Amino acid sequence: MTELVATTPGLYPLPDWAKDELSDLKGHQKGDLISGDEDESVVGVYDRARREVVQTQEDAGLDRVVEGQLRWDDMLAHPLTVHENVETGGIVRYYDNNNFYRDPQVRDELTFSGDVGRELEALADVADEGLQAVLPGPYSLADLATDEFYGDDADFLSAVADFLAVEIEAFPDHETLFLLEPSLVENPPGEGADVRASEAIDRVAAATDADVVVQTYWGALEEKVYAHLMDADVDAIGFDFVTEQDRSLYNITEYGTKDDVALGLVDGQNTLVESPETIAERVEWIQGQIPSQTFDRTYVTSNTELFYLPVNKYEAKLESLGDAAATEVNA
Amino acid sequence: MSTREQFRPEDHENDHFLLTSVVGSYPKPKWLNRVSDLAEDEESKFTEEHLKEAHDDACRVIVDEHERAGLDTVCDGEMRRNEMVEYFAHRIEGYEFNGPVKVWGHNYFDKPSVVEEVSYEEPWLVDEFEFTTSAAAKPVKVPITGPYTLARWSFNEAYDSDEELSYALADLVNEEIEKLVDAGARYIQIDEPALATTPDDHAIVGECLERIVADIDDDVRIGLHVCYGDYSRIYPELLDYPIDEFDVELCNGGYEQVDVFTDPEFTMDLALGVVDVHTADVESVEEIKGNIEEGLKIVPPERLTVSPDCGVKLLPREVAYQKLANMVQATREIEAELDSGELDAEALRSDAA
Repeated sequence: MTELVATTPGLYPLPDWAKDELSDLKGHQKGDLISGDEDESVVGVYDRARREVVQTQEDAGLDRVVEGQLRWDDMLAHPLTVHENVETGGIVRYYDNNNFYRDPQVRDELTFSGDVGRELEALADVADEGLQAVLPGPYSLADLATDEFYGDDADFLSAVADFLAVEIEAFPDHETLFLLEPSLVENPPGEGADVRASEAIDRVAAATDADVVVQTYWGALEEKVYAHLMDADVDAIGFDFVTEQDRSLYNITEYGTKDDVALGLVDGQNTLVESPETIAERVEWIQGQIPSQTFDRTYVTSNTELFYLPVNKYEAKLESLGDAAATEVNA
Repeated sequence: MSTREQFRPEDHENDHFLLTSVVGSYPKPKWLNRVSDLAEDEESKFTEEHLKEAHDDACRVIVDEHERAGLDTVCDGEMRRNEMVEYFAHRIEGYEFNGPVKVWGHNYFDKPSVVEEVSYEEPWLVDEFEFTTSAAAKPVKVPITGPYTLARWSFNEAYDSDEELSYALADLVNEEIEKLVDAGARYIQIDEPALATTPDDHAIVGECLERIVADIDDDVRIGLHVCYGDYSRIYPELLDYPIDEFDVELCNGGYEQVDVFTDPEFTMDLALGVVDVHTADVESVEEIKGNIEEGLKIVPPERLTVSPDCGVKLLPREVAYQKLANMVQATREIEAELDSGELDAEALRSDAA
């Protein structure tokens, strides 16, 4: 019998009052976005907003609590856009979405920053248990950035992996680490690069004692990319069952998967709220499709980040996830 | 017969006629933004009735500004519209609003959700058109957000695919255009910025347009505006679209994509952006004339419409006005040079081909 763990990949929408207050305090232009050295009034708003999203998760009964990544104006590119050796270029499209982020242009060595670690310290101050860290996976972070220093794709990926590993070493204790790797689907690595992507993920995962989940989304991984990812020493791979059922199942049945699994069952980009019963049925259905494997632990989650949604719907989705994981699943 | 001649002003001074127009939005006067906030404030004595009066006043002011700039076709600068999807979603049955979502940084929009079958309840733009016409001496152009963009920039809870939702919305746009035509509209522009993001869906937009123009009189001019993107991904397929005019944003990219439209030959009317809406520097008349010549590399003068790259609402108002005024002056000078033979349009075209 698998243990159901309700969680999310983080990157929440700001509470509406925080949207208003931060719009006024920070402004609407490119130069007004988060820099890593924001002043006290801005920090204060984020502190209140963080407490609110932690409360929302606890009220929803989620088993893991994330910081919400509310400061990540540049979404998954955030850890680089606030780095002192990175300059931000123009506003560029975030994957295929109607969302935009500042192009992080890496101009010098990716030294230790501590930015995400400080957020997690702040999370640890307000959350009781079940801390979950969230980071972009090294492949996606390198993919979202522009390298103007390392000069070679392989060297750059390696530097990004080292950077993330050093950041993780400064994290407070956490139970789980989610590495978000949409680029593995959206811009899949070719021959050679697929091996390097897997090795980079392995290096990042080795930096923590926590369970590591590599969440992939906006489709299923190409076969070879998946096969190489299986070589990385992580605890679970996350599958986007909202976008792609058949090929996700194919990868699992053909190449196996880790002892734990993460199932993206709630649509992070649609306001239609899945009921707990629907989510529980989907968990059962997927397990029924893979008779050869029982999972020690099943993370039940949304497929993508949740900032795409209005606040009321994101909250409703968290509640459904919490309730679904509390339901008895007959697997 | 071309749908263009009906817009030639009676007192037009040149034999050649390049139609001048706008894409749609224009900076709102500051006072209009202020009173819009007031109207939302329950404690204020400023009512919805007052706001309607303010919208009417703003419409008159902007139409006058367009006419002073010398444009051949005008609009009200979308004074009554808050945002290009929200405005329509509020008027279409089947939509609901749940709150703002992020676009980038602290820029948000009230992305609506389609929660049941969409249907047509009340006219969307007929009042706006009738009022603008009453305020204008020149013909009025009507911009409408296209069904593909209305679908893609909403949450779709009710239809199996965005494609199906697009077609359902296209039928409603068709109904609206019929009402606009009954009210006297002769120049309609469909805006599909979402196609620039997902150009592989060009066939869906094509099917939407077929539905949109069904049973619309041939003398109604239908344009399509698609914002800056990689046009080679929708060209030459777009030549099959049932429209009179395709409106492009090429100034922003320094006309690097002119070649896209010369091979194969561009067979419809071209509406060319000749001023950049992303920079507050006002282009000189000379510079704009050079930009118009870029359009003459693609189509002959009788098939060229001249407009800004896109809506100008993000520019300071005086900059927006000066860009339009310079644009019209440049167009009239090009027409005179074509009349006198000083400018050889045929040579421009054959050199580019």
